Parts: sequence; structure tokens; C-alpha cells
Amino acid sequence: MSILRATAAVFRRDLALAWAAGGGAAAPVGFFIGATTLIPLTAGPDRATLALIGAPLLWLTAALAALMVLERLFQADLEDGSLDQLLLSPAPLELLVAAKGAALWVAIGAPLALAAIPMALAMQTPPHAAPVVALGLLVGLAAFIGAGLFGAALAAGVRRGGVLIAILVLPFFAPPIIFGASAASAAVEHGLFTPAFSLLCACALGAVALGPIGAAAALRLHLE
Amino acid sequence: MFAYFANPERFMRISAWALPIAAALAVLLFAIGLPWAFLFAPPDFRQGESARIMFVHVPAAWWAMGIYTFMAIASFTGLVWRHALADVAARAAAPIGAAYAALCLITGSFWGQPTWGTWWEWDARLTSMLVLFLTYVGYLALWAAIEDETRAARLAAILCLAGFINIPIVHFSVDWWNSLHQTASIIRSGGSSMDKSMMQPLLMMAGAYLAAFAALLMAGMRAEVFRRRVSAAALRRARAS
Amino acid sequence: MDLQVEGLALDRGGWRLFETLSFSAQPGEHVALTGPNGAGKTSLLRAIAGFLRPSAGTIALRGGAEDPATRIHFLGHRDGLKAPLDARAHLRHWAALLGGTETGDVIGRLGLDRVADLPARTLSAGQSRRLALARLLVASRPVWLLDEPASALDAEGKALLNGLMDTHRAGGGIVIAAVHEPLGAPSQTIALGL
Repeated sequence: MSILRATAAVFRRDLALAWAAGGGAAAPVGFFIGATTLIPLTAGPDRATLALIGAPLLWLTAALAALMVLERLFQADLEDGSLDQLLLSPAPLELLVAAKGAALWVAIGAPLALAAIPMALAMQTPPHAAPVVALGLLVGLAAFIGAGLFGAALAAGVRRGGVLIAILVLPFFAPPIIFGASAASAAVEHGLFTPAFSLLCACALGAVALGPIGAAAALRLHLE
Repeated sequence: MFAYFANPERFMRISAWALPIAAALAVLLFAIGLPWAFLFAPPDFRQGESARIMFVHVPAAWWAMGIYTFMAIASFTGLVWRHALADVAARAAAPIGAAYAALCLITGSFWGQPTWGTWWEWDARLTSMLVLFLTYVGYLALWAAIEDETRAARLAAILCLAGFINIPIVHFSVDWWNSLHQTASIIRSGGSSMDKSMMQPLLMMAGAYLAAFAALLMAGMRAEVFRRRVSAAALRRARAS
Repeated sequence: MDLQVEGLALDRGGWRLFETLSFSAQPGEHVALTGPNGAGKTSLLRAIAGFLRPSAGTIALRGGAEDPATRIHFLGHRDGLKAPLDARAHLRHWAALLGGTETGDVIGRLGLDRVADLPARTLSAGQSRRLALARLLVASRPVWLLDEPASALDAEGKALLNGLMDTHRAGGGIVIAAVHEPLGAPSQTIALGL
């Protein structure tokens, strides 16, 4: 009971902080839209080309948007001393870290997935494929955040650790990107997208299960 | 093995004579293996002379993965039994592994040009080798970024083990991805079908790479042990004054 | 409920801070930790809290709940406040996180009535510290580990802190405080770095 209450408290607080500090999802979603706008400016406005590459490339811009928010995830808590308090909770640190990740997913992942629908249409993705892209991104962002928790925890003590976090987590982004972008492509080409989608879900499950464990181990080392 | 070498004094004593032996062995094996591979081994009947780059490329790929496995074992040992020397070993192995991975990627690209007419092919092996290289870079970057050495060692060890799980997953995903896209499947000479006349120089080169790794590893570890002794002495002096 | 420290050795940044440190604290005791900067006062507190693993020796909390983490309050240098949240939100969060019950007028007891609804970013250093002290009251825990608790507090704040510590000791609690200036009436003093 007290474990659940503590976990819920961390979730609620991180969600409140995400919205309080400068509009929450506004910055990453703005970045996502801005970076996506550069795709047709790079590849040219040809509709057929965009329809082919647009939806998979949304995965790239969404991954970069997820990377952006990772730096402050533990850094702020480490600096202001509130991370110490997580260790004194009756709830295990792994669970509290997972709650932080879940709050980030709700605060950032859901708005990004929602923004992906108009952006996919703007990329000439056929309307029937847009929901697959959005739903895939929603699942994919869980995988990104699971791996991101781990990378952010490893680099928590590092000043301006954003670039370091990016280097650390990008190898872990490879599998979900492959499956997510493949599912998007398959949907665009009227193919069967469920195999790729199930593998994407498997990646997300693995990242969500293992990420908090690795992150908690790294945070304990930073708090020594 | 790690338990036996965990004592730094014993390591320094043994490596003092093992290092020159490994270095001499590496020079000897390269001196035999390189001419054998490039001058005397028969050319591949399909790919001709360009296939000779395999003798540089394939051992680099083997040991880039082998060294990462070595690092994962050392990291696990360092985390569980807290042997400082295991941390030193993992740290010293990383730049060598990164160099082997880079060598593998570069020679693979040179091999690809005449063979498939492209400098780069996104097949499972090359792609997962690229991800392995990035993992090495991340590992070294983490070490460089954390000032406290014991903390850096533990964090890097956790990262190393996570990467050890990730690499096979990446390999599988790229394999799956390639089967989907049906890009040109690349049949490499390698494996049991290889002729004896090619297998022997290949194994010789693999031995040379291994001996070079052992020598460089011991040299790196000895330098690190000396560096730690110096900084410990400096710390003692600072405290005493 | 008592605290036993035996043969403790701690390392920091490759350096041995101290070794063979032994002491014990009975219910109602106030242990003052003194010593120059870098002597290991904070490290000792963090080791008792379970954050820092001892290089040798043992730290044992006997009696009470089985999980040591839930028997300890740790008040570090930093107050653990979030700039956009107000005092009440902080207390609610700590009560839930630490498994406590928000009882009585904690805000009133710490003289924070006037600023209770303001975001933490508007609080002065002394007010922030008072809010951090309020954390000690929202969850009842027998061992208080305080690292320079009086820093940034004015005379009234120090008196308030002394009152909190006295009440806690009277209820059988243990206070271990790292201090530079004398604080309250410690029952024993441990000088580190000598």
C-alpha cells in the first residue's frame, strides 16, 4: 500500500513538474514539428518520394525529440537533493524510476504521438497508415524512454551531459527504430505491418522492464 | 583468471615478462601471416585478388567481438567481486576493441567496393559492427566524463553489460530488416566451406591479432597501474602537508 | 531502537577518510559530529543512511521495522525543493513518498503560514530550510540524520530546530547532526579527522 502510494506520488509530481516547467510537451513537440518540416526541404517536395520516406523519417525526428528531454530527467533531482529522498522511500528505487519514466511518457509521448498524425499527413502518408505511425510512435517512445532512463541515469552527474546521453542511448534506439519504421513503411505500402509492430512491442517491453533496473543501479552509484 | 590476477602486485610481476613475449609473438605472427595472406595464399576463385583483404578484415571482426566479450566478463567481475584490476582491464581493452572494430569497418568498405560495387552495404554484419563501434565509443565517453574513478568504473561496467545484451538484438533486428527489404544477399567466404589453403593464413592472422591485443592490453594496464600509484602518492603528500 | 557503529572505515575519491570508528546511540540521544571540512561528516551520515557502502565495519539499526531505509530521515545540504511547487505540495509529496501521514499543522509549527501557497522559487534560503525541516514531521521516523541543519536559519529558526530535536528525543528518537557551530545539547560529541 505504502509502496503504491509512494510510486503514485513520484508519478504525479513529475507530471506536474513537466507541465509547470515551461509548458511540458511544448518544447519537444515543437522540435518534432520543426525537424519534420526539414524533411521535405531536404528531400524535395515530390509527393511520391515523401510518401515513401516521410513516415519512417518521423521515427528519426521523434527519437531526436525524445533525446532532448532526457538530460534534465535525473540531473535536476541529483542537484537539488530530492534523489536522496527516493532512496529513503519504502518503495524500491527501480519502481520510482519507472514512475518517473511513465510520467515522462504521458507528458511527452502522448502529445508527440498525437502530433505525429498531422505531420504524417503533411508527409503525404496515406490516411490509412497515419494511425499506425502514431500508435507505433506511442509504443516506440516507451522503448526510447526505457533506454533513455538508463542513459540519463548513467550520465546524471555529468555537467552538460546531453551529448553523452545521446551517444550512450543511440545503440539502444536501433532495434525499436528498425521495427517501428518498418511497421510504418509496411502500412504505407498496404503491406502486413503486424509482424514489425509486435517486434516493436517486444522491444518496448524489454526496455520498460530492464531500463529502470539499470537506471536505479546507476543512480545508486551516483548517490554514494 | 581474473581472481588469480586480482592482486595488482602479481599482475605487475607476471606482465613484466609476459608483455614482451606477447609483443614478440605478435610481430612474429604478423611477419609470417601478412606475406602468406597477400603473396602466397591462392586467390579466391570468385572474387580474385581483392578477397585477400579478408585476412585483415575477418580477424578484426572476430576480435572486435571477442574483446567486447572480454570486457563484459571483466565488467561483471569488477561489479560483483569489486576487483579494481578487472575495471582496469576492461578500460584498457576498450580502445583496442574500438580500433579493431574501426579496422573491420574500413577494410570491409574497401572490400565492398570491388566486390559489390559499393563502399557500404547495410547488411546485418556491417551494421551490427557499426553499432558495436558506437557502443565502444559510448563506453569510452562515459569513462572520460565521470571524474571519480571508482564510480566511472562501476557505471561503465553496467553500460558494458547492457551493451552486451543489446548487440545480439541489434544483429537480429538488422537481419530481420534485411530479409524484409531483400537487399542483395552477400555470401562471404568464411566458415567451414573455406579451403585449407586459405584457412591456415586466416588463423595465423587471427593469432597475430590476439597476440597484439594481449600485448597492448598489458601495456595499457601497466600504464594505468603506474598512473594510479603516482596519483595515490600525490594524494598522500597533499594530505600529509 | 538503537544505532551501533563498529569498526567503520569509509573511502572517498580513493582516500581513506577514517577507519575503526565505533560508537552507539541509544533512544533519546543526540550525537554531534564535528571536525574540519573534508573530515568525513557528510560521508558518515550518508553511510548511516545506507547511500554509501562502508569499506569496512558495520552499521546496525536494531529494533523496529525491517527495512532500514524507512527508519531514517536524511536532511542534506540541499533542501530537495522544486521551484514551481508550493509548500503544501511538497509536504503532500513527502508524506506519500516516505510513507507518512500529514498530521497537524506542520506548516504552522515551522512558521511558514504566510508563504505556504507560494512556489518554492520565491522562498528565502531560511524559509527553504524550514520547509525542508518540515519533512521531518510529515513522516515519523526514529533516526534523524541532519547535515548542518542550522545553516541559513535565523535565531528564531535555530530555536525552532532545537525545539523539534528536543521533542523528537523526548519521544525516544535519535538525532545525529553534523555541525560546525554548537547546536542544542548533544549527549555525545564525535570529533572526526583528528
